[in-house]
Amino acid sequence: MVDTTGLPKALAEIAEDFAELPVPERLQLLLEFSEELPALPERFAGATDSMEQVHECQSPVFLSVEVDADSAADPAQRVVSLFFSAPQEAPTTRGFAGILHEGLDQLTVEEILAVPEDAPYRFSLAEAVSPLRLRGMVGMLSRIKRQVALKTRA
Amino acid sequence: MADPQTPDSRFAEYAHPERLVSTEWLAGELEAGNPHGIVVLESDEDVLLYDTGHIPGALKLDWHQDLNDQLTRDYVDGEQFARVMSARGIGRDTTVVIYGDKNNWWAAYALWVMSLFGHDDVRLVDGGRAKWIAEGRELTKDVPSPAPADYPVVERKDAPIRAFKDDVLAHLGGPLVDVRSPGEYSGELLHMPDYPQEGAMRGGHIPGARSVPWARAANEDGTFKSRSDLEGIYLQEQGLKPADPTIAYCRIGERSSHTWFVLTHLLGFDNVRNYDGSWTEWGNAVRVPVEK
Repeated sequence: MVDTTGLPKALAEIAEDFAELPVPERLQLLLEFSEELPALPERFAGATDSMEQVHECQSPVFLSVEVDADSAADPAQRVVSLFFSAPQEAPTTRGFAGILHEGLDQLTVEEILAVPEDAPYRFSLAEAVSPLRLRGMVGMLSRIKRQVALKTRA
Repeated sequence: MADPQTPDSRFAEYAHPERLVSTEWLAGELEAGNPHGIVVLESDEDVLLYDTGHIPGALKLDWHQDLNDQLTRDYVDGEQFARVMSARGIGRDTTVVIYGDKNNWWAAYALWVMSLFGHDDVRLVDGGRAKWIAEGRELTKDVPSPAPADYPVVERKDAPIRAFKDDVLAHLGGPLVDVRSPGEYSGELLHMPDYPQEGAMRGGHIPGARSVPWARAANEDGTFKSRSDLEGIYLQEQGLKPADPTIAYCRIGERSSHTWFVLTHLLGFDNVRNYDGSWTEWGNAVRVPVEK
């Protein structure tokens, strides 16, 4: 049984989906997430400078976080949008970004800040991709949370 | 039709031309129905890249999952290696052709590990995955299911091509090649630019090591530089000598496998060892000498 304690609903469902699959099929599911990672909106085109690079990843990966100030008066209830840029030649990294996008995009500030730091290790991927490679997802998550916190305080 | 024993003429200038094949040669073999029963392996840094599309008939060999022991910091043993090879339809006499991403960096690593087990006929596809794709050659997502072969359990023979920390200490004063980035060599950086922090307590290099970043051996298209260009770098510029025992290292021994391949098979050095403990061991070891 996979431990989904503290994971937001969408992320918990993803964790369960991975856990139900035999190891080789987990890689296929990760590949699907990499293919489903949405392209960057027009306004970020050629503007990865304005995004934060995820240095923990082995490829040039950038992310950006927007907190919608109009979505709620209470900063903790504001809606967060996530944007990722990762090269096609780095499908594992794109897959990590795809999981976080599907699991966290459009959640509230409060929900994202509450995601456990060890969430990347709950997708049953250590066996399939090696723990070393999972550090990239840990880096993405901690950078997302840091940016959300910064942008909520501002 | 090319005979797998006959190297491509363009590689004739290298010391061991039989260690390289061209993308054209490989495509020709595959089109001809693979008459020599070669096994093609893809070895990438990214564990999913193979699954996005690969050379038809190629099988995945992952450096983490298949070649590293999962408990001890070491390579797999003879039994595990035999399982990995057998499952891919590779016998002791099979011609194995490896290609991969990033200038064949991980392909060279796989070739070096296969060499620890003395697999005789293992070659790289010059230019690797990038060149195959740049030439618009066929890719597929079909994963073949080869009939298992019966690879013998062979004892790994580390000594000729692998150096441990004590070997490096005994070698101090002899030629060493540090193939990391200039920032890692100088000690400003404790890990590769843009790569995960893999932790070393000290920055710098092993005393006396020359700095030759590994990718200098590759052309823009990922192929190896010509023999004269390589001699220009390693012999004329750095003063290395093919007859001198030489040790190459990087961070965990992957980039230096590429340089090991260049020195051993392209330039014909007699005795090159790869120090796979590399900076993640040396930079953490107590009281080993460090130079900045």
